[in-house]
Amino acid sequence: MPIFEVFRQEKKGQAFAHAGSVEAPDAAFADTWAREQYGRRGESEALWLVPRDSIHSITEWADEFDLKYRRVDGYSIKTRLKEARERALGSAAETG
Amino acid sequence: MSARSDLLLRLADDELIVGWRDSEWTGIAPTLEEDVAFSSIAQNEIGHARALYELAALELDTDADALAFDRTPDEYRCAPLVQLHLLEWSHTIARRYLYEEADRLRIEALIGSGDTKLAGLAAKIDREEVYHRLHAELWADRLRDEPRFTEAVDELWPYALGMLEPELRPELARRVGKASDGLLDEQLSSEHQRGAHLPELTELWEQMTEVRRSIPGAEW
Amino acid sequence: MDTRTQEFLAYVQEGGQVEATDWLPEEYRQKLIKFIEMHANSELMGVLPEREWILKAPTLQRKLALTAKVQDEVGHAQLIYRVAEDLGKPRDEMFADLLSGKAKFHNVFHYPTVSWGDVGVIAWLVDAAAIISQKALLKCSYAPYARIMKKICWEESFHILHGRDVILALMTGTDGQRALVQEAVNRWWGPLMQFHGNPIAREEDPMYVWRIKSQGNEEARQQFLEGYVPQIWELGLTVPDPALRRSNDGVWSYSEPDWAELKSVVTGHGPRSQERLDFRRRFLEQEKWVRDTVLAA
Repeated sequence: MPIFEVFRQEKKGQAFAHAGSVEAPDAAFADTWAREQYGRRGESEALWLVPRDSIHSITEWADEFDLKYRRVDGYSIKTRLKEARERALGSAAETG
Repeated sequence: MSARSDLLLRLADDELIVGWRDSEWTGIAPTLEEDVAFSSIAQNEIGHARALYELAALELDTDADALAFDRTPDEYRCAPLVQLHLLEWSHTIARRYLYEEADRLRIEALIGSGDTKLAGLAAKIDREEVYHRLHAELWADRLRDEPRFTEAVDELWPYALGMLEPELRPELARRVGKASDGLLDEQLSSEHQRGAHLPELTELWEQMTEVRRSIPGAEW
Repeated sequence: MDTRTQEFLAYVQEGGQVEATDWLPEEYRQKLIKFIEMHANSELMGVLPEREWILKAPTLQRKLALTAKVQDEVGHAQLIYRVAEDLGKPRDEMFADLLSGKAKFHNVFHYPTVSWGDVGVIAWLVDAAAIISQKALLKCSYAPYARIMKKICWEESFHILHGRDVILALMTGTDGQRALVQEAVNRWWGPLMQFHGNPIAREEDPMYVWRIKSQGNEEARQQFLEGYVPQIWELGLTVPDPALRRSNDGVWSYSEPDWAELKSVVTGHGPRSQERLDFRRRFLEQEKWVRDTVLAA
């Protein structure tokens, strides 16, 4: 029997998170079974059932060159900010 | 006892006993996934029984548990269909399917009745039954060419008819796709109809009430 | 141990987690499957001692609660078997190994249940012992298992309350009802003390070494005693072990559990081992046609 992955939204507005899987012959059985396994306590706002074969997974990345220019951790502004502020204070003092 | 109390007990007893029977599959259904789903159906049935007993209890000046457990087997008003002990999946699904079809007819009648409290409860029950029907229809559809199932439906058919009042039977036959033409009542013996108490019911009752009877009047 | 395995070991010992698609050392994979399989088998077999009491429950409320509790156990079996299946062992094979005795299930599920007192004691104490073990899996190095443990522990929370509620109803009831509880405690104490396994040092326990579980056997047992002996005593119940006592530094000492009994029981010689396996086998075989025809996609 095929496997259906179950994605679960706990509360309205939240993201769907992977919650597990059920083995079922088709979507109709997967519906009947997953709704009880993941919803019988009213613990789920919604479920997405996706045949495992439909899921395309990505786990490998090219990470050869420095990509910090496009990330927050690639920027360190403290030193320059301090210098700029000191300059501004300095010129303010001069102009009175 | 009023006609209303009698009706409530008939409905409640049907739901209690079919729920009890269905709960017997907990742990032994064909797959684990089905086991979980089937157990929810059993719990719903018992929940419906409880609500119906509570309604009857108001009129009869008692409580739901006393009605569910403290009568003798002969005092239960459940249909023979639910009394049968069916520990084979083909028969269990056949009963689920027929029971849901018959139950739907009488729920429709109750929702349309002038009894506001009962109509309201029937509507609530109906909203849960939607899922029972989906489940039963799903299985019935998958099993439609399986002789074990079709034979079980044939065997249980007179009992399904016997669950309903005569005026609802032709409609049940129409919905299930069985022959009508006034042959219906001829298929029925008293064994199939409400009022009959099968030995299986007594066996069930003995098990169901064993702990409760062990210390009468105790709180559990 | 080769380098890659050593790195893996260091990684998990530092709290690292892995997924189904990651490389796993063969030793880790095998131990993991065996552990998970035993857990799944235990949930499945644990249904049987309680199932008969669903049918005998003395009130509608208890019937509903017990049905829901046992339903959860079936659901847990499903969740756990799925994890093992994704590690490469098919469900049918696991059922076959369970029935042949090749794979095991926890000791407590090999014993008979005798009265409604057992229903209470199982939900109160046996489940408590199990939950301690389960919480120790929440940080399992194998992430798919850790994730389902979260759902399992969440569902167990009502089981504990249900158990306490059943026990308290009995303890505030008739003398006969109170006697049911004491009698059940007396019978279950031995198996409970054996449940967490012999006190092998956790550094020598592969399950801890690979961080499949986060505590050793004795740690779990101490946690159980610390949490539950006071609960037992405060109700006026006794524990059938005259040597049971708590030292000033919080360590419980007790009579040596019967490790021979544990070994005998988990290898299929418990009072109900074969009967329950036969029951399972009967329905598995009886309903095989359903899986083979209707459910084959």
